[in-house]
Amino acid sequence: MMTKIAFVRKKEIPPSAPPITEVGLIGWLRQNLFSSWLNSILTVLSVYFIVVILWDFIPWAYGGHWNTKSLRECLDLDPDVACFSVLTARWKQLLFGLYPAEEYWRPTLTFMFLLLAIVPILFPRFFRFFWFSIIYPGLAVWLLWGGSFWSISIVYIGLTLGALFFLSLIRRYLKNYMVAAILAFLFTVVFFLFISNPLVGLLNVILPISLPFVESLKMGGFTLSLIVGVTGIVASFPIGILLALGRQSNLPVIKMICVGFIEFIRGVPLITLLFVASVLLNYFLPPGTNFDIVLRVVIMVTLFSAAYMAEVIRGGLAGLPLGQHEASASLGLTYWQSQRLIIMPQALKISIPGIVNTFIGLFKDTTLVSIISLRDPVGLASTIRADQKWNGIYWELYVAIGLMFFIFCWGMSQYSQYLERKLKTDK
Amino acid sequence: MEKTKINITDEVAIHISDMNKWFGNFHVLRDINLEVRRGERIVVCGPSGSGKSTLIRCINRLEEHQKGSIIVDGTELTTDLKNIDKIRSEVGMVFQHFNLFPHLTTLENCTLAPMWVRETPEKEATEIAMEMLEKVKIPEQAHKYPGQLSGGQQQRVAIARSLCMKPRIMLFDEVTSALDPEMIKEVLDTMIQLAEEGMTMICVTHEMGFARQVADRVIFMDDGQIVEQNEPEEFFKNPKSDRTKLFLSQILGH
Repeated sequence: MMTKIAFVRKKEIPPSAPPITEVGLIGWLRQNLFSSWLNSILTVLSVYFIVVILWDFIPWAYGGHWNTKSLRECLDLDPDVACFSVLTARWKQLLFGLYPAEEYWRPTLTFMFLLLAIVPILFPRFFRFFWFSIIYPGLAVWLLWGGSFWSISIVYIGLTLGALFFLSLIRRYLKNYMVAAILAFLFTVVFFLFISNPLVGLLNVILPISLPFVESLKMGGFTLSLIVGVTGIVASFPIGILLALGRQSNLPVIKMICVGFIEFIRGVPLITLLFVASVLLNYFLPPGTNFDIVLRVVIMVTLFSAAYMAEVIRGGLAGLPLGQHEASASLGLTYWQSQRLIIMPQALKISIPGIVNTFIGLFKDTTLVSIISLRDPVGLASTIRADQKWNGIYWELYVAIGLMFFIFCWGMSQYSQYLERKLKTDK
Repeated sequence: MEKTKINITDEVAIHISDMNKWFGNFHVLRDINLEVRRGERIVVCGPSGSGKSTLIRCINRLEEHQKGSIIVDGTELTTDLKNIDKIRSEVGMVFQHFNLFPHLTTLENCTLAPMWVRETPEKEATEIAMEMLEKVKIPEQAHKYPGQLSGGQQQRVAIARSLCMKPRIMLFDEVTSALDPEMIKEVLDTMIQLAEEGMTMICVTHEMGFARQVADRVIFMDDGQIVEQNEPEEFFKNPKSDRTKLFLSQILGH
């Protein structure tokens, strides 16, 4: 006997749409802003504070004056709005410091070339003109400081000759890299001591190319921040890597030197180092030596952040399983091959947030050079406020300076996030 | 299955005499004497902490021994870094935890050492790598990253990576211990295949089935010493020392 069938489905009912409270804008709001009582209260409070701040800020900024001659004039017109005229009047100074006005094209060009030189390093897959990144440092120095084109080029010529000498030595005569490196080093030293000067003189006579010389004390504004910041970043990175490796070395002398250096530099405020660079160093150097102030500052900033960099990278190295060292050793890779191909790529990837953190810190710390009376944007702000026309202005100036730093630092942070996504290989 | 025994030659691949090693005050290896012929397949077993992993790690000097001598392919292991790098490039090693390079694809994992250590041109290195990946039966994974592979696949890539260096000796350090049961077989099959091709192998493993099937000699270690060694047949049927008996009863008992 057949069992009685109570219900048979004749047609399929389409699935209902999700409730409106779960999807779309309302769903998002519920999930993210009003998921609980506490969350709702916080949301309302935050919105309130944002509104209060913008309520005052927008009219202040939007109605700001751009074309008055002094702060006095601004206040007479309307004391409740911003007086951006100080930026209109002094923006060139904020960008270039005391750089001669007729030479502004040089730092501008240097900056544009900087972007061009950085692009192949940041996006190596899409841009492949690495040669420009290599010649850029020399080009930048020549453009900014001026002088004879040849006295900069000779550095490149000398180093290239040294490298060629090294390569031809190991190709033809020696298998011993150490001896070849020492010989090539001696060759380069001899070149710079005895050959380079007459050669530069000769080249200057044959083909004089030169720009008017601009001394370091004229450098200022964002130009100076970028000189110190970018050089510091570029130079502190490899030094940091070497220090981190040195700190893990099995050779006690190397280890001691690296640990001592790192701990000493980290234990001293950057300002102290900058004072040493600007004042004390002169006492130790032989009288009459003229050791460029910007160079001194760059060296100190570089060493300072290299010490931090080393510790960040050491963290990355510590995060690698021992098996990676063992696997690369078991394949017969030498120490340096294994560091370069296996260990560092992974350690640096782990350390990206910390590295970029250090870079951003370094870039902002360049404002400390105002303490030793170099004219970076913050130092210039004081100079500008000392002018009686702008005496008493705060917000407009510092907001503008802050905004410019923010753009650079935010850019770095965005790039680091892009890099982390790009290097993700586990999924 | 009949074991192939054609390959053992008179040539000595590894010669270890009176070798001792300490970790600090702990005496991990005591008076080890071992001779491995070319083509021989050896399984090392023993309870954990008996020093068997340390022994094979001494052979490519991932661990340094303090007394006695180890001669691999006619080269003695001393502090000379050049010798060590050379021996390491001749001796392949596969690890318990695979130790693949996670930032490189499977293929790059395989071509890296040939290109940098042997200076093989990229094209040739790629061909060899594909050949080896084919051998371990995962050529289709060549462009994936290790993190995207299963444990068994990763271990097979690790074997292929070692094979790309065309090693004369292979060391296997508990290569199936970190794997899920269903993946152990695919790795063991690869190792059996290698063994049948006549590779000189030393395997630290608890896979007694594998030992029966491919080993020419089973070595039992306990407390840093080689307690007993014999052909697998004899070793499993008539273990001589009590410690071996105890160990075998524990490992085969269930």
